[in-house]
Amino acid sequence: MLDTAPKTDRKKLVEVRGLKMYFPITAGVFRSHIGDVKAVDNVSFDIFEGETLGLVGESGCGKSTCGRAVLRLYDPTAGSIRIDGAEIGQTGQSDLRHLRPTMQMVFQDPQASLNPRMTVAAIIGEPLEEHTKLSKAEKLDRIYELMDAVGLNRNFANRYPHEFSGGQRQRIGIARALALNPKFIVCDEPIAALDVSIQAQVVNLLEELQDRLGLTYLFISHDLSMVRHIADRVAVMYLGQIIELAPRDALYDKPLHPYTQALLSAVPEPDPNIEAGRRRIILTGDVPSPANPPKGCNFCTRCPKVFDLCKQVEPEFREVEHGRYVACHLYSDTDKTAGQAAANEAQEHPTRRTT
Amino acid sequence: MTELSAQKVDQALKPPRNQWWDVWDQFKTHKGALAGLFIFVAIILAVTVGPWIWSIDPTYVDIRARNQGPSLAHPFGTDQLGRDLLARLMAGGKVSIAVGMTAMLLSLFLGTLIGVVAGFFKRVEGFLMGMTDLFLSLPLLPLLLLMVTLFREPLSQRFGPETGIFFLIVFAIGVTSWMQTARIVRGEVLALKEREYVLAARSIGTPSRRMVMRHILPNVMSPIMVSATLGIANAIITESALSFLGLGFPPDFPTWGRILFDAVDQMQLYPIRVILPGVAISLTVLSVNYIGDGLRDALDPRIRGR
Repeated sequence: MLDTAPKTDRKKLVEVRGLKMYFPITAGVFRSHIGDVKAVDNVSFDIFEGETLGLVGESGCGKSTCGRAVLRLYDPTAGSIRIDGAEIGQTGQSDLRHLRPTMQMVFQDPQASLNPRMTVAAIIGEPLEEHTKLSKAEKLDRIYELMDAVGLNRNFANRYPHEFSGGQRQRIGIARALALNPKFIVCDEPIAALDVSIQAQVVNLLEELQDRLGLTYLFISHDLSMVRHIADRVAVMYLGQIIELAPRDALYDKPLHPYTQALLSAVPEPDPNIEAGRRRIILTGDVPSPANPPKGCNFCTRCPKVFDLCKQVEPEFREVEHGRYVACHLYSDTDKTAGQAAANEAQEHPTRRTT
Repeated sequence: MTELSAQKVDQALKPPRNQWWDVWDQFKTHKGALAGLFIFVAIILAVTVGPWIWSIDPTYVDIRARNQGPSLAHPFGTDQLGRDLLARLMAGGKVSIAVGMTAMLLSLFLGTLIGVVAGFFKRVEGFLMGMTDLFLSLPLLPLLLLMVTLFREPLSQRFGPETGIFFLIVFAIGVTSWMQTARIVRGEVLALKEREYVLAARSIGTPSRRMVMRHILPNVMSPIMVSATLGIANAIITESALSFLGLGFPPDFPTWGRILFDAVDQMQLYPIRVILPGVAISLTVLSVNYIGDGLRDALDPRIRGR
């Protein structure tokens, strides 16, 4: 169903279908299996070559797990992952090794993602050590080249991670991810641990590298403004599922899913006049446990527009407009009237950004 | 940083320096460690080169010269059989330090190996930690006695009485003292393997064995160092205990432990005979402790350069 995405002329670099990542819960003396934490539950999306897919959602909704599972840092419970034509959904870790150069990751905490006992040169050189047969001098040349690319002074090559600021550490992490000329990079909240002035630098660096090297990003973040800045398309996750996926402008202008509407209404406005008149959608209650998601739609316990069908049937994740996917009964064919009503309502009370 | 002219950058540019130079630079700043290193080297020299200079046979019995105090002929005096105490201390030190170091290395190797494997590979964790607990719960002294009784004869015949006993004692001490190290290392590894840089290494495709060598082992160095320095002391003392029970080296073969225990009977009359080997053991252990302390600090880049 996702095959009719808008930019059909562009090559799909990443295709994820029905990805499930369950973590078992065991209990008792015999460690019997009593349930699963459904961190990622039946997620499907595509990423086209050269684009940035933003993945947003609240804490604990499975964004990071999804990103890690796509890179096979976890062994997913089910589902297929194709990256650059190679199916890696169920491949063994040792067979994955030669595919690793294509896909890399930039981590959230630049302090924790760098080994404190290795010099910058050793950290950036590790992927080269593993996957290339360069001589020592060639390797050093490549390390200096990468340090130039991310804006690090070459003289820092012999230093250790603790001697750097947060932004510089993140640059080291990015240089390491770039070392093997990857096509696809998962950025797992790369700016969440940085302060705001540095965030802009790092994001601009990521954009510049994308333009120069033709990279494809899966950009995981909970910062909606930043995602609006960097992403081409945005996927919204709630409780382990993608509930809406749409081109950036369409999503921010007219969010369809009630959860997306609530999420976007929480973004503060810089203009105090608009901010004063901003209509926030306040959700009540807590996120249900991913170990025991509600019957029907995952969002039905908190949805302001909930009706009977939501609590019984799980909505299908389907295309409602060209390139826009939503998992919500308000927009399903089986319930035309409700869908129409919702669409009307969205027209009557558009969120602030459309005005 | 980018405003530096290209020439300036190239001038200041140094290829990555061998990390061990940084370690040595930091080690030099630790006064205690330097003193420890100095004393330890002095002790090693005394027990290896010493017998060439002070060439009295440590086993030569001169019954007329027994129980003498310090004199020019016998600087540390003689024991109850008239053997020269200085010569005995030097000969005993060689054996004690050799046993201590080798047993420590063996126990450290076993402990680190089992700890790292148990911490890193979940599949074998249950078995390995069960084995560690089993060894911890064994009464060690009876076990040592049993091992010595069973294997002393065959080993003595195979390698000669002294080398055979040396192997036996090193092995016996080594395989009965690795458990603490294993437990500590496993705990550290369990915490380390959840760190993001290990995940980053996995995303690069680093195989497990290189992941352990590159990311895990250097970061569990501190507890291993502490175990090592304590292990030497432990090994020397265990060897003394075995010698005391008559199950270590042959009675006329001097070790620090045996000299100490031989002198205990007449401790009140001739206290110097207890004090000297005791001081030798303490100095060795203390100097090794300080060396370990300095090395641990020097190996940690976060402390280095401060």
